[in-house]
Amino acid sequence: MSILNLANPIAPAANDKKLRSKSAYKWTLVKRNWQLYLFVLPAAITFILFNYLPMYGVLISFKSYNMAAGIWDSPWAEPWYKYFKMFFSSPWFFRTIKNTLVLSLYGLIINSILPILLALMVNEVRNSFYKKIVQTATYIPYFISVVVLVGMVNLFFSTSTGLVNQVIKMLGHEPISFLTSEPAFKHLYVWSGVWQGTGWGSIIYFAALSNVSPELHEAATIDGAGRLQRIIHINIPALIPTFIIMLILGSGSIMSVSYQKILLMQNDLNVLASEVIQTYVYKVGLRNSQQYSYASAIGLFNNVINLILLITVNKISAKVSDTSLW
Amino acid sequence: MVIKESRGDKIFNLINGAILFIILLISVYPIWFVLCASISEPDLVNSGKMLFWPKEITFGGYKAVFTDPQILIGYRNTIFYTVFGTLINLAVTMPAAYALSRKDFVGNRLITIFFLITMFFSGGLIPTYLIIDKLHMVNTIWVLLIVYATNMSNIILSRTFFSNSIPQEMQEAAQIDGCSNFKLFLQIVLPLSKPIIAVMTLFFAIGHWNEYFTSMIYISNDKLKPLQLVLNDILVKSDAMERLIQTGAIDPSKLEESLRIKSLIRYSLIVVASLPIMCLYPFIQKYFVKGVMIGALKA
Repeated sequence: MSILNLANPIAPAANDKKLRSKSAYKWTLVKRNWQLYLFVLPAAITFILFNYLPMYGVLISFKSYNMAAGIWDSPWAEPWYKYFKMFFSSPWFFRTIKNTLVLSLYGLIINSILPILLALMVNEVRNSFYKKIVQTATYIPYFISVVVLVGMVNLFFSTSTGLVNQVIKMLGHEPISFLTSEPAFKHLYVWSGVWQGTGWGSIIYFAALSNVSPELHEAATIDGAGRLQRIIHINIPALIPTFIIMLILGSGSIMSVSYQKILLMQNDLNVLASEVIQTYVYKVGLRNSQQYSYASAIGLFNNVINLILLITVNKISAKVSDTSLW
Repeated sequence: MVIKESRGDKIFNLINGAILFIILLISVYPIWFVLCASISEPDLVNSGKMLFWPKEITFGGYKAVFTDPQILIGYRNTIFYTVFGTLINLAVTMPAAYALSRKDFVGNRLITIFFLITMFFSGGLIPTYLIIDKLHMVNTIWVLLIVYATNMSNIILSRTFFSNSIPQEMQEAAQIDGCSNFKLFLQIVLPLSKPIIAVMTLFFAIGHWNEYFTSMIYISNDKLKPLQLVLNDILVKSDAMERLIQTGAIDPSKLEESLRIKSLIRYSLIVVASLPIMCLYPFIQKYFVKGVMIGALKA
């Protein structure tokens, strides 16, 4: 099972007796299909310019970058790990790592479980019209842009005028300043994501559920299995491979929470709870100062950890459950 | 086979249906509230007296939104970026995906790996910025049109479609008849690929419509800013609000009035920015779902 599905290598030309060797056959294919190389060319250029060149640009993490000298000619940092050390000894090091982990693990756990529950529940609805309405309604928030989402969070949770606090006041309690509170930040962040993404996240599980053979359910019913028993013993096992793939993909981005949303939700009063590695990179590298080498080193550190996490979780999963990305 | 519903089944259905109804309300209510709030008397909205239905209808918010030049420019730019950006996305993604779906394409595996690496490793924010700066693309429309001209996950999705839905034999037959790959792709494969073209168009178009981070980093020229960036200034930061109130239809001498209308403008702006997609949504939903399914079946 693999979502990457690398295409098979060229099949040997067994039936073509005229061609003596595999390489000669390959050569005729290259000549016959030369236009296909033009087909991949624009994509290749895009990836080289905007993905591979920046990878080369990572070099500046080990150099004292100087705008005039450029990436190649800037002098090496002394010692080469100078900027990494600078980050490790910065007061923001533990704070940003802790915040990153808290926000992403909290989000990962909630966002792995809720879409499955939703898919299982909607799957049990017998009335197809009601089913469709629930699905349509839960997908809608996914299309709202992150700017609008944060704008809505700000409006709804505003202390003086927000709807949530109006309701709290009606119930006779004191209003709560959610938007500027440090402990509330992670909940606002994760649950606004739940509102936006749960319906959408459940689609992939519907796909898996629709592959469950109805005969399995019929057989179980004849054997006297009830509704819940069938869900637990038939439907849930059917979802596990997909769940694991999603979990692996999710853990590969544990260190890269949606910092674009965090950046928008951040303010001076919640910054201690909301500063994550990547928002910090953005601030020291572009917004507040131009410490290119320093910011690039932090970004590289973050990227490497992501890669290690992805490979590790994938390895574990391949051992434990035979499900892996490659 | 029809199985008679047992008592337990009925209770199960009832509880299940009820919980789903609550979930449905939670999904839709915030959107409905924003819609109502955008045309209701702001005092009632801000004091929690408008909850389910618009009250004392006013269009002041929309009037202010549609008379602000920066919002109109942003709207125009976003339409431009969405249309042309999506066209470029398709022109780059579809041929590449098609080529990679062909088993007789020598080098297929190598190129796939070369592309795949971009999914798992990147240079990161700062090196990317420096390269784009070096290419003199900062503060130009090109940064929004071609930097993300394609991505590997959409190439994989399209490739999966091509290799599963277009019969290989048909392509071979066309080639034996002397059909070039260009002709084969344009005249035979693409007409059979409408579902994936629809899916890709929508994925890319929504991406362009909602995009804000790239423009925030690379675009500082007001004339080039897309709507989301203008929105960000007004919704999330609030200094731009003052300008809006002054350029809008509200008399600046009435300060209290202008404070009051701030939230009204915010609600109207959310509607104006999201409405095009929300209106299209019922028609395009099945394509979106199809897109996710194509990806999922492979998993």
